[in-house]
Amino acid sequence: MSAPSRHSPHAPAPDGNGRKPAALTTRWEALWLLFQRLRPARWSAYVRDHWIGKPLVTALPMTWLVLFFMVPFIIVFGISFSQSVLAIPPYEPLWSWVDDKVLALRLHLGNYDYLFTDTLYLSSYLYSLKVAAVSTLLCLGLGYPMAYGIARAPPARRNLYLMLIILPFWTSFLLRVYAWIGLLKNNGVINNVLMWLGVIDQPITMMQTDFAVYIGIVYSYLPFMILPLYSNLEKHDRTLLEAAADLGSRPWKAFLRITVPLSVPGIVAGALLVFIPAVGEYVIPSLLGRTDQLMIGRVLSDEFFANRDWPVASAVATAMLILLVVPIMIFQRYQSRELAHK
Amino acid sequence: MAETRSKTPEPWLDPHAEAYVRIENVTKRFGNFVAVNNVSLRIFKGEIFCLLGGSGCGKTTLLRMLAGFEQPTSGSVFIDGQDMAGIPPYERPVNMMFQSYAIFPHMTVAGNVAFGLEQEGLGRAEINQRVADILDIVKLGEYAKRKPHQLSGGQRQRVALARSLVKRPKLLLLDEPLGALDRKLREHTQFELLSIQEKLGVTFVVVTHDQEEAMTLSSRVGVMNRGEIVQVGTPRQIYEFPASRFVADFIGSVNLFEGQLTEDEHDHVRVKCEELAAPVFVDHGMSAPPLALCWVAVRPEKIVLGRERPEGTDNWAHGVIRDIAYLGDMSVFVVRLDSGREVRVTQANRTRKPEEQFSWDEPVYLSWDASSPVVGLN
Repeated sequence: MSAPSRHSPHAPAPDGNGRKPAALTTRWEALWLLFQRLRPARWSAYVRDHWIGKPLVTALPMTWLVLFFMVPFIIVFGISFSQSVLAIPPYEPLWSWVDDKVLALRLHLGNYDYLFTDTLYLSSYLYSLKVAAVSTLLCLGLGYPMAYGIARAPPARRNLYLMLIILPFWTSFLLRVYAWIGLLKNNGVINNVLMWLGVIDQPITMMQTDFAVYIGIVYSYLPFMILPLYSNLEKHDRTLLEAAADLGSRPWKAFLRITVPLSVPGIVAGALLVFIPAVGEYVIPSLLGRTDQLMIGRVLSDEFFANRDWPVASAVATAMLILLVVPIMIFQRYQSRELAHK
Repeated sequence: MAETRSKTPEPWLDPHAEAYVRIENVTKRFGNFVAVNNVSLRIFKGEIFCLLGGSGCGKTTLLRMLAGFEQPTSGSVFIDGQDMAGIPPYERPVNMMFQSYAIFPHMTVAGNVAFGLEQEGLGRAEINQRVADILDIVKLGEYAKRKPHQLSGGQRQRVALARSLVKRPKLLLLDEPLGALDRKLREHTQFELLSIQEKLGVTFVVVTHDQEEAMTLSSRVGVMNRGEIVQVGTPRQIYEFPASRFVADFIGSVNLFEGQLTEDEHDHVRVKCEELAAPVFVDHGMSAPPLALCWVAVRPEKIVLGRERPEGTDNWAHGVIRDIAYLGDMSVFVVRLDSGREVRVTQANRTRKPEEQFSWDEPVYLSWDASSPVVGLN
């Protein structure tokens, strides 16, 4: 620690240069001494000694979360108990003054009830869960070997490979999904090539299918699976596998019994990073997906923008959040368990 | 330790004895770097053989070739008469205790120990029995359900030992087995290792850079330097009769002098050293060309300090005490000879009387027995 603490004998004192304070001749010297006493080293010592640092550090993310997550959520949560009206904003205020004396609060639970009565919502929820789950499994199946390969590559090459994984992010997500339309459509690249090769004589319908949605989601979210898996696998101690081999375990068995269990935190992190945004995915199913079966993100946006039913849209959003909170909690439990091991 | 233990006559003295491990002209190259250079060794059943050397001398590479993690560039390794070429680690009758212990962090102590037995496809009941037995031997019976991160360093070391012993290997390889333990625990564990080795009759090959560890543990020591075995022998042989200047210097502390052979008779040699006032007289002959340049090594504990000039013309020197380190059981003196050369001398602290102790800047005579110095040419 180079910064002298307040009681350190090395702290610049007024007579630090062997000069008495009374000997101050110029105003500049006085200013210089004042600056010395107030210089940042002292401030940081003050911050450290008075425990300002820790709250200061946590205050920033807390403020961020309150402003951009909690406040909007409370607003949405409030609207979900309101009723749709033709006005601006298009919902009834939750409370009103009755005779200018009594503050009345009116909560409609009907919006939530409606989510269960109209099968559109439930089937969209289930379909979203299914799409997200299948996409997550596909990402895991594809991403695990890739992450493993990168983690086992010579250290000098790992960064290059990681770079290549992240490289598509330089292009806008929307453009990349549009590019898939060009590949998948009936007169798109894939069908044309297959027909030219003579493999098929009728174009295969790939657009507006689950297949196209899986392709889109897996393609877009694969890096989110690979990166946490890589950062886990890269830390694995290779002598553990040598020890397993030494104890008579064949390589694939050592992989199953040592590498896979030790990479569970990475699998969980990657799976949640894919699953959670995939549940609420809007762009990919809208551009590539089925028209007869919507995902919940699409329902939400339709309800909000096309239908202008903000209360029902808010109820959908609230329900979706609750749907996603459960996986997040599982994730956090894993993380804290892993931290406890260290 | 080694001498009291071996009840059978030393098998390495018998030219017809069958070696359990035979390393024949093994060389291992990594790119241009020669890690192990044309090493041949014979290790016998029931031995504790130590590979001793500084870091980067190739001892660990040699051990890893025995375990099967590295393949020799040339030469061959035989274990129990079988050529090990191309046999993967998981099919070798060998187990290894890793320097880092390599304990599986996600398994309990019992799970770690059982792992090797599960690979053999044994029944659950037998596995449990054998795990319990070996955990008792290493005194970890109560810790079977613990996870590795709940154990101390010494306990982890014993888990690693139990895990490598539970498969009842004929040959156990130990890579710096005591390296991570503190001094007290090391000494204790050394003797535990010896008693376990004796009980189970396993052949140990131990890699260590710690000569004290090599001395107390081993039946024989192979000293390695730059990928080559420079001397193989019992700890006593290596210490008292180093075959080269490197070994003399590497094992224990030693005072080395350059000199020239002035007399080379069948029963003695006399060496003239620039740095010593009197010639060095050694009571055995050697075969060397006349007036050959040689080195003379005298161990610090073989030198006697005195206030009077020793009788005779040989084997003494005169100097001034420059430094004293009091270690309790003995003291280490650094004596500057009249030639300017500094020499280490250790003396047992036999009495508690202060007047008999030597003190700083005191002029002293150094002398040693005619059987003490080692003379060598290379």
